[in-house]
Amino acid sequence: MVTFWVALLAISILIYLLLDGFDLGVGILFLLPNSEARRQAMLGAIAPFWDGNETWLVVTGVVLWGAFPVVYATVLSAFYIPVIFMLLGLILRGVAFEFRAKSQRSRWIWDLGFGGGSLVATFMQGVMVGALVQGLPIIDGQYAGGVFGWLSGFSVLCGIGLCLGYALLGACWLVRKRDGAVRDLARSQIPVLATGVLLFLILVFAHALLQHLPILHRWIERPYLFVFPAIGAGAACMLASSILRHDDYWPFHMVSLIFLSAFGTLALSFWPYMVPFAITVDEAAAPHASLAFMFWGAGLVVFPLMLIYVAIGFRVFKGKFDSESVRY
Amino acid sequence: MDPTALLLSRLQFAFTISFHIIFPAFTIGLAAWLTVLEAMHLHSGKPVYRTLFEFWLKIFGVAFGMGVVSGVVMGFQFGTNWSVLSKMSGPIQGPLLAYETFTAFMLEASFFGILIFGRTRVPPWFYLFSTAMVALGTTLSAFWIMVNNSWMQVPTGYVMQNGQFVPDDWMQIIFNRVVWVRFPHMLLASYLTGAFCVAATGAWYLLRRTYRAEAHVMLRMGLALAAVLLPVQLFIGHLVGDYVHDYQPAKFAAIEARWHDEQPASEVLIAIPDSSTESNKYAISIPVLGSIIGSMSLSSKEVGLTSFPPQDRPPVAIPFFAFRIMVGCGLLMLGVAWLGTWLSFKHRLERNRLLLWGIFLSFPLPWIAILTGWYTAEVGRQPWTVYGVLRTADAVTPFLTAAAATTSLIMFVAVYAFIFSFGTYYIYRLLRAGPAGLDDKVVHAPAMPNRPMSLADRPLLPGGNCAQAGE
Ligand code: HDD
Ligand code: HEM
Ligand code: HEM
Repeated sequence: MVTFWVALLAISILIYLLLDGFDLGVGILFLLPNSEARRQAMLGAIAPFWDGNETWLVVTGVVLWGAFPVVYATVLSAFYIPVIFMLLGLILRGVAFEFRAKSQRSRWIWDLGFGGGSLVATFMQGVMVGALVQGLPIIDGQYAGGVFGWLSGFSVLCGIGLCLGYALLGACWLVRKRDGAVRDLARSQIPVLATGVLLFLILVFAHALLQHLPILHRWIERPYLFVFPAIGAGAACMLASSILRHDDYWPFHMVSLIFLSAFGTLALSFWPYMVPFAITVDEAAAPHASLAFMFWGAGLVVFPLMLIYVAIGFRVFKGKFDSESVRY
Repeated sequence: MDPTALLLSRLQFAFTISFHIIFPAFTIGLAAWLTVLEAMHLHSGKPVYRTLFEFWLKIFGVAFGMGVVSGVVMGFQFGTNWSVLSKMSGPIQGPLLAYETFTAFMLEASFFGILIFGRTRVPPWFYLFSTAMVALGTTLSAFWIMVNNSWMQVPTGYVMQNGQFVPDDWMQIIFNRVVWVRFPHMLLASYLTGAFCVAATGAWYLLRRTYRAEAHVMLRMGLALAAVLLPVQLFIGHLVGDYVHDYQPAKFAAIEARWHDEQPASEVLIAIPDSSTESNKYAISIPVLGSIIGSMSLSSKEVGLTSFPPQDRPPVAIPFFAFRIMVGCGLLMLGVAWLGTWLSFKHRLERNRLLLWGIFLSFPLPWIAILTGWYTAEVGRQPWTVYGVLRTADAVTPFLTAAAATTSLIMFVAVYAFIFSFGTYYIYRLLRAGPAGLDDKVVHAPAMPNRPMSLADRPLLPGGNCAQAGE
């Protein structure tokens, strides 16, 4: 039962990263100087998706609370400031997206709200991941780091890294969904962003290894774990070649694979800890009565339906949106 | 624990959820109204129902979007501000909230898509079915939330293990008496919100002499529904009071501003409760009525606040006044709804501009009743978060500082005020333009099921051009 819920949680987080990643990324790219026509085309490429993507954050939140209440309570309260700012960023960009189309004079406010909200939300997510990897100061199961316990050079670096990462996903999405000037601009951004992201990933793992020697031992003892970084490296090569070939379809998938492998590598490095070196999966799990209650309805029936639903949604809007039909 | 941080957390929770509830209360009622409209259209074939459906669907879209955006915050606030509570009660509250999210996702998200695109793609009966499913989805959302909150009001079906509330009887948690009076009370409150907004819009159009046909339907249906539901609501309100009497005697005493045990008890109609002297100033009260309301007897003894140790007493003024405002709104709505229905039967409503103004101006009443109802319930429950088991002061995140809580509260107030003013302005524009408005707009990007607000940009149906939008 616990394994089921860990898996479900991991899938939800991963889906959230990939899906909201690309639309937050487009939001970040939105901040770069751009013409109105190009902005509309960028919005059009994520319009049908962003709201559904965000539900996965809610799903992650409630699964975490229901199945791993200790982690939910510890992590969210320790990350008070980043969580609040992430939520505010998400609210702002959500409504800005809608209100922008309805305004003329105040459009610049919503442009700023959309881009700025995306940037803040992404940065905060990155900071939180960074702080988790670095290890939260937890004494006797109680967070003891104060208001800014999550703030460090490393976590800020991770915040910037995630902004680059999402922007990369966003650029690949634009290349995949758009034509013409928007695609060309996005394509020229990919190499810069991709180099930044790869450098950053290497830096993060080097830091994690140096800081937590137990992880190093684990990797040495079980070399088969290297499949994940290997997949990542492979995907990076494919990404490079697809960019050189001016291919529109593959970059997005390759970057997704890089994200997947980074996620897998991190998860395997810290397993069985959910909050690194403080709370393990088993310690965090809710009692059987709670997990079983959720399993029979939400887990077994609704969750698969949600996956199917997402798949259908993306199928309906597959391929390039030609600029004729989608004007935003 | 920092007392200022505790106070700020309570304020922040109250502020964000008060903001949130404004939208669901409206959309739960509106979804039901849309279902009725669609059924009437199928049954009678009259185009006016269709026009109204498309019109209110747009407004539903905007309100629903605001509800979703503000709801995301709620799901995370338990962890940020009430970490001790969420650690302890996660095994019970977490799964309940998970069911809320999952059922909402399943019913609202998937069938919402059909509401937007499906008109021409699915058979009419299936379109009606989808509308009903969206309504069911919002209702189930409200149900799980009410189960959740009712468990905090009257915790049952659990055992304590390692400092956590561990569920041992889900049936009891979900199917207990408290849930099954509070859930109908909330649901009816939402229906009344929908009914009054619809009726008020009708009255507004009549006052402005536009859209007469639509205005008549809205006015008649809204008022008639309210006229039927209000007596039921007042009766269920009484049953809700019964549960408070039985399970939360201190809250009941606060609502009644009863400081000392009385036998038989009188009922304080209005007064200014003064906790420093433990008595009421300027009280107007009716003897014996208190016993009748509390226990349906002429001689029962009713408990006063001083029977509880000071640290277990709730504040008195807020529950006392909030309760009276709620009941007052209910009675006022009853008057408006009955008078209006009666006159509209006699076909005299349209000429009575005074009453039309009254109906138009009464649209905030259900919202005021809902908010004050919740203030009664939640403030009256203090000092407990999980009634009788976990104090609010012990539930708050222990290391939260006043500075952090102040920052977040100010940010929430600023951002919400900003988007709320634009959101309401936008709904106002839609309402003002009326069923025929806004169809000169460009066709926008394909709306997706999960992107309800986009609906509002679409041209209206009559010309049949809505369905091919976004192709
Ligand atoms: C699932 C749980 C839940 C639900 C559905 C609600 N509340 Fe609540 N409320 C809480 C759970 C809670 C809480 C987390 O338990 C609080 C925070 C501190 C406390 O004692 O209870 C609380 C406090 C709280 C307070 C402050 C009371 C005080 O501290 O003096 C107010 C005014 C409200 N709420 C208002 C509302 C409104 C308007 C709601 C309707 C939409 C509502 N609550 C639904
Ligand atoms: C602490 C309490 C609450 C939490 C944590 C909460 C959480 C949420 C969340 C996360 C959403 C968005 C779901 C999505 O992404 O689709 C939402 C929407 C919604 N909530 Fe709440 N909510 C709370 C209180 C309430 C109450 C008291 C009601 C009504 C009785 C309610 C009814 C709804 C409905 C009907 C929706 C669908 C959107 C809409 O119709 O506007 N919620 N809520
Ligand atoms: C004679 C009329 C009414 C009575 C006696 C009554 C009684 C009550 C009582 C005692 C509570 C507190 C419940 C608690 O502490 O848990 C309550 C809460 C509430 N009331 Fe009323 N009520 C009446 C009318 C109304 C009306 C007209 C509305 C809305 C249109 C309304 C909406 C609410 C809501 C939303 C709550 C909070 C939810 C809850 O706690 O169940 N009430 N009511």
